[in-house]
Amino acid sequence: MINNLILLVGITLMYSTPLVFGALGGVVSERSGVVNIGIEGMMVVGALAGAAGSYYSGNPWVGFLAAGICGALIALPHAIASISFAADQTISGVAINMLAPGIALFACRALFDGAAMTPVVPKLPKIFGENALVGTPFASLNVNVSTVIALALTVLIWFVLYKTKWGLRVRAVGEHPAAADTLGVNVYGVRYVCVLVSGMLAGFGGASMSIAIMSQFTQTAISGHGFIAMAAVIFGKWTPVGAYLACLVFGFTQALVVVLGGGNFAIPSSILSMLPYIITIIVLVLFVGRSVAPKANGTPYIKGSR
Amino acid sequence: MSKLEQFLRSRLAAAIAAVLAGLIVSGIVLAAAGFNPFEAFSVLMQGAFGRPKYIANVIIKATPILLTGVAVSFAFKTGLFNIGAEGQYILGTVFAALVGITCNLPMVFEIPLVILAGTLGGATLGAFIGWLKAKFGVHEVITSIMCNWIAFYLCNFIVMSDAFHKPNSSSAVITNPSCWTVLLPEWKKSKEGMAALSNIPWLKEMLLKTDLNIGIIVAIIVAIVISIVLNRSKLGYELRAVGFNNDASKFAGIPVKRNIILSMLISGGICGLAGALNITGISPHTVTLLAAMENYGFNGLSVAFIAGCSPLGCIPSSILFASLLYGGMSVQQMLGAPSEIISIVIGTIVFFTALPGITPKLADLVAKKNKPQGPPTVSKDGTPLPTAEKEA
Repeated sequence: MINNLILLVGITLMYSTPLVFGALGGVVSERSGVVNIGIEGMMVVGALAGAAGSYYSGNPWVGFLAAGICGALIALPHAIASISFAADQTISGVAINMLAPGIALFACRALFDGAAMTPVVPKLPKIFGENALVGTPFASLNVNVSTVIALALTVLIWFVLYKTKWGLRVRAVGEHPAAADTLGVNVYGVRYVCVLVSGMLAGFGGASMSIAIMSQFTQTAISGHGFIAMAAVIFGKWTPVGAYLACLVFGFTQALVVVLGGGNFAIPSSILSMLPYIITIIVLVLFVGRSVAPKANGTPYIKGSR
Repeated sequence: MSKLEQFLRSRLAAAIAAVLAGLIVSGIVLAAAGFNPFEAFSVLMQGAFGRPKYIANVIIKATPILLTGVAVSFAFKTGLFNIGAEGQYILGTVFAALVGITCNLPMVFEIPLVILAGTLGGATLGAFIGWLKAKFGVHEVITSIMCNWIAFYLCNFIVMSDAFHKPNSSSAVITNPSCWTVLLPEWKKSKEGMAALSNIPWLKEMLLKTDLNIGIIVAIIVAIVISIVLNRSKLGYELRAVGFNNDASKFAGIPVKRNIILSMLISGGICGLAGALNITGISPHTVTLLAAMENYGFNGLSVAFIAGCSPLGCIPSSILFASLLYGGMSVQQMLGAPSEIISIVIGTIVFFTALPGITPKLADLVAKKNKPQGPPTVSKDGTPLPTAEKEA
């Protein structure tokens, strides 16, 4: 029983990590007023960049950084479109979701002789070292270092958003850009930074799948994680801590599936797999209810317009 | 306004510019990867329209995404982002397959029954999402995403269940042929049919080598009907009003909550119809084990956005999309260029359709250029002079 509980905690943390990165990205972007549906695509790019970077340098940390940079790069067109060109952010995000996996797979095939996956690459380390705790019930608590980074970033982003001048500006730009502009805040600048950071975080999320949970990039490494992360943003009411907890809820339900699936329960696996999604809906209906987006979320800011 | 300027201000110009941009960007990517972009595009066109068989397959591929595109457009115009088209499509296939397997009526009853079942499946899921939003205020995007996966696993559950699994396969039992909507299934294989068709080789190829079915006709009719409902009916007016301004609609006495549910019900129903038509229209005529999302719904998003969320615009947009998808396969086969280039083409096109300002800016340039040649069209304080009318 205790063993199962520990296993549950370990798997919860593992599954939630990529989601946390993605959701934090969503929070940062949307708090500044730019809807980011493209998280999924940015995560795919990050997953490839992470694996490829790790493969070519032999150092998973280089991969992790490469994932952040490439995530930001693929977020750049979204930023240009939605900030400078006042584009429809939903459409631009959908375009990124189409474009980014295409670019990732195209690059993968170009780099690795036409294969849609990378070879096995060096992974990010675990917090207590690779073989620590093996054989003890606590083995599953030896989580990957990316899990800790995700938690640290959650705290950091919470701090920046709510305790610093910078964060106040981001929130002001997301709620009432015209007012912020009047007070001398560079609305476009803030939004650009936020969208690029959002892409970087999503890129990290992709890497935390490809070089932490798995040890290679595959075509299906990221399948819907970005969308779940997006849901976690709304679920967590657009706050970093809320989004983190939402990802934990989601990771927990998935862990439940793993633990239950391995046990003596005669539930078909397809029905078990539905569980996380059903539980999420129930939790949303019972405990969360209406969530209110940042007021200017999704509306482009045009200087001088009323 | 000159003709050119007028054209540049139209939606069509924006769409054409987006398609061109898509081709240019992907051409650059192809060239960078060492492929000849012109060769690739000619192979693409050949692969999509080079033979009657290919054209038929493009039409078959366009059918479901035309419908999901119309569904997404409809929801979008009423202020809802139906990212759940995928799940509603899947549920449509499941409901249609279940009825198609269990009931075996004469064709005239069976086909409408199966199609109705699929539509109902999608509509139920759509209405559920709408109800959650109207009743509990849960954002439709989250519930849609969750419902996509629930539908996905439900489909796999049905396929693998004892009652419906076809032994030694990865699919459910095949539906009764009485619900199939393939064009002239008996006649085209009969002696008279063969004899008649041998005179018309292109039709022979289309009918015998593909699953050409009635789906596209249904889909086009739906697109037209939805366009009329949206733009010409009281219901459409109310739905759009809710989309524009929730509070104002409430004040004007429009039942906002009912309309949210209704809008999602209709949108979901169209997605379900797309699923049903794929079950009745193309082999294997049943649901199969899903390994990943098939993207019929997600592609509908792209189709809708390329069309500027106009239901009628979805017709050319879905044909374009389907020809890229289908033609893209031969790019990989013939040139060895990764077929993902197609995602890049489509992604770029969608991206540029999101930028509304490009062709109007060109129009401004044209207007500026034309100005010194003709009489001034605008007086000093910016009000148009009467002569401006004549020039247009």
